[in-house]
Amino acid sequence: MEFKSKDIISIRDFSKEDLLYILDISKKFEKDYDSNLLNGHILATLFFEPSTRTRLSFSSAMSRLGGKVIGFDNPASTSVSKGESLLDTIKIVEGYSDIIVMRHPIDGAARFAAETAKIPIINAGDGVNQHPTQTLLDLYTIQKSFGKLENLNIGFVGDLKYGRTVHSLAHALSHFKAKMYFISPPQLKMPKDDLEQLDKEKIKYTEGKDLSKVANKLDILYMTRIQKERFPDPIEYQKLKGCYRIDKTFLENTKKGLKVMHPLPRVDELCSSCDGTEKAIYFEQAHNGVTVRMALLSLLLKKIKNERT
Amino acid sequence: MKELKINAIREGTVIDHIPHNMTFKVVDILGITDTNNIVSIATNLYSKKMRKKGLVKIGSRFLTKEEVDKIALVAPNASVNIIKNFEVTEKIKVNIPQILNNIIKCSNPRCITNNDKVSTLFHSTSSSPLKVRCHYCERCMGKEDVELL
Ligand SMILES: [Zn+2]
Repeated sequence: MEFKSKDIISIRDFSKEDLLYILDISKKFEKDYDSNLLNGHILATLFFEPSTRTRLSFSSAMSRLGGKVIGFDNPASTSVSKGESLLDTIKIVEGYSDIIVMRHPIDGAARFAAETAKIPIINAGDGVNQHPTQTLLDLYTIQKSFGKLENLNIGFVGDLKYGRTVHSLAHALSHFKAKMYFISPPQLKMPKDDLEQLDKEKIKYTEGKDLSKVANKLDILYMTRIQKERFPDPIEYQKLKGCYRIDKTFLENTKKGLKVMHPLPRVDELCSSCDGTEKAIYFEQAHNGVTVRMALLSLLLKKIKNERT
Repeated sequence: MKELKINAIREGTVIDHIPHNMTFKVVDILGITDTNNIVSIATNLYSKKMRKKGLVKIGSRFLTKEEVDKIALVAPNASVNIIKNFEVTEKIKVNIPQILNNIIKCSNPRCITNNDKVSTLFHSTSSSPLKVRCHYCERCMGKEDVELL
């Protein structure tokens, strides 16, 4: 059996088995990898919207496996700024490379690009919609820290309305019977659509605005940044931006095994005093991104012998 | 109470069991205000099941699948009767299709279908209540957001 997907566009496209398979391959890459595996292959990183961290993570993954990287992260300096359509950019770049990683400000851009392109496309963020490799690295980090994915208690904190990482991770964890606690100001609650899906999957969850009420029940505290760019009204942003703030003292009063995750970058919701504690795993989480992306690049470029039965 | 009779047609289509407030929406979908076909429109007819219903008859005209799918979105319980030689030769029960190809508009202004030359595509996730998901931006829409193209 072969890894079926040509592309990585949305976490919705993956079954529980697909997810576990990707995590399994990632684990193998963490132990050991062939630094010439992708020798002779070129990755194009097309960042129509800048995201230095994500782009560097993919570049690092490709380079570690001996591949080359081309691309842009400043569309102002390319023909995209001269009004070239997404379709044309993809059609040109697929002649220059073997696989494309793209980030685009428009929702659905990656799906559209993948339908056009003959080579694999990895979605590194399409507007507020999806960022599936973030979800995969989150799952990998959870599995690595807890030795399992099943039956964990996870608290999502911050901007749950616009935070696509939260929507995708909640969706993915619903395959593993997680219990979820959604903590946000009332203006930034989880969208109805996502909650209805959890209902459908018979996932238990609670909603509220007070983190201290549930903190002791959690295995994972998943913090998110309240994103300034999502607010049309700056006064509204000012009101909400400091509403959650985790520091070392807060963590000292939580359950021993608790792990704190964050997709980064952070603003002031996660104080640097947490950094050295054994509860903080967000830097490790970022590092895991390279491992998972190595696995994904190799899978899509058909460099993994499929041992799935 | 006996159903109001409108003139029988020799050949064409009768769309029955339209929710009374959607009758003119169906007329819009078919774009029959500017054709030469004879069109009879009746609304607020008595119906045992629906209390009030609408009915549209169009002479010499048969519907495309796309038109039937569009009708399903505004009148999920409508029946489409094909008339040949004054007889009903076929009765189609409309159905919300699994895939809606270029029929409705995405309500998300940031969706690629509203920003580039991409035709819309939706997957229906539930037919009652109506729920559809955009293939591209993955936004879920209910009946209240559905806007026909
Ligand atoms: Zn859409």
